[in-house]
Amino acid sequence: MKIPFEKLDKAFENRLRLQIMSVLMVNERYDFNSLKELLDASDGNLASHLKALEKEEYITVHKSFLGRKPNTNYEASTKGKHAFKQHLDALEQIIKNQKTL
Amino acid sequence: MKENEIQDELTSIRSLMERSSKFISLSGLSGVLAGIYALIGAALGYKIIYGSGGFFSYREYVMADVNRQPMSLYTLILIALAVLVASIVTGVVLTFRKAKKKGQPVWGNTSRQLLFNMAVPLFTGGALMLVLINRGYFGVVASASLIFYGLALVNASIFTFKDVRYLGICDIFLGLLAGLLPGYGLLFWAIGFGVLHIVYGSIMYLKYDR
Repeated sequence: MKIPFEKLDKAFENRLRLQIMSVLMVNERYDFNSLKELLDASDGNLASHLKALEKEEYITVHKSFLGRKPNTNYEASTKGKHAFKQHLDALEQIIKNQKTL
Repeated sequence: MKENEIQDELTSIRSLMERSSKFISLSGLSGVLAGIYALIGAALGYKIIYGSGGFFSYREYVMADVNRQPMSLYTLILIALAVLVASIVTGVVLTFRKAKKKGQPVWGNTSRQLLFNMAVPLFTGGALMLVLINRGYFGVVASASLIFYGLALVNASIFTFKDVRYLGICDIFLGLLAGLLPGYGLLFWAIGFGVLHIVYGSIMYLKYDR
């Protein structure tokens, strides 16, 4: 049986990106600092992966100010949600196939 | 990718989805304690209203008593506020402790949303109760407080354990029942804020705290 590895989304190969996406799936919006705390990631690492997801148009960025502090919120796009679901389906499929082997 | 790697990935996704959208540090023990405070408060209130007489025989007398003895009303409000403050303080302290033990942030996205969604019906209900007391509708206060508290819980339950929702629904139901039976407010309060909290807190404690 052929294992559908090619169906896995390259954008989600990185674990942190997948984690970011799962948080944004169940929350309308999530801000940078809360994300950082939740995922226990460094500023630079998180920022670069967010950038990558933004480039794929999987997430949209909302910048605003809380007083004088910049506050960046992230939201999953329809495209991103769709891609995430497909990626999960593919993962599930792989597990199923391996069990029948 | 190996199978258990994928399994790990899926487990981490599931846990993140839950942790990021639900506040799961609520302490069950604080629910039990809040229930006990409420029962103590209800017992004190009972003494003030009914004295040493029987529960049912003094009902009519009680409704008129508030006008003749306004002090008893203030004492009752004072007791209710004391129960409220003690419950909130216990809840906050125990929740902080549990969050610390679990290494979760107390003040985050979810707890903010939880509090906001709880506060809207709660403050609306509180304000309405003040209006009702002010206008002399003492008979419906117990009913209104239970209903609004229940609504607050149902509203907030989206951001925490599902069990909170059932507690809320029970309180709404009790509140409506209390509305049908004016004069038994204290009894319904004791059940709604006392007994139900103890039951719910014990369930939460056994399910999640240990």
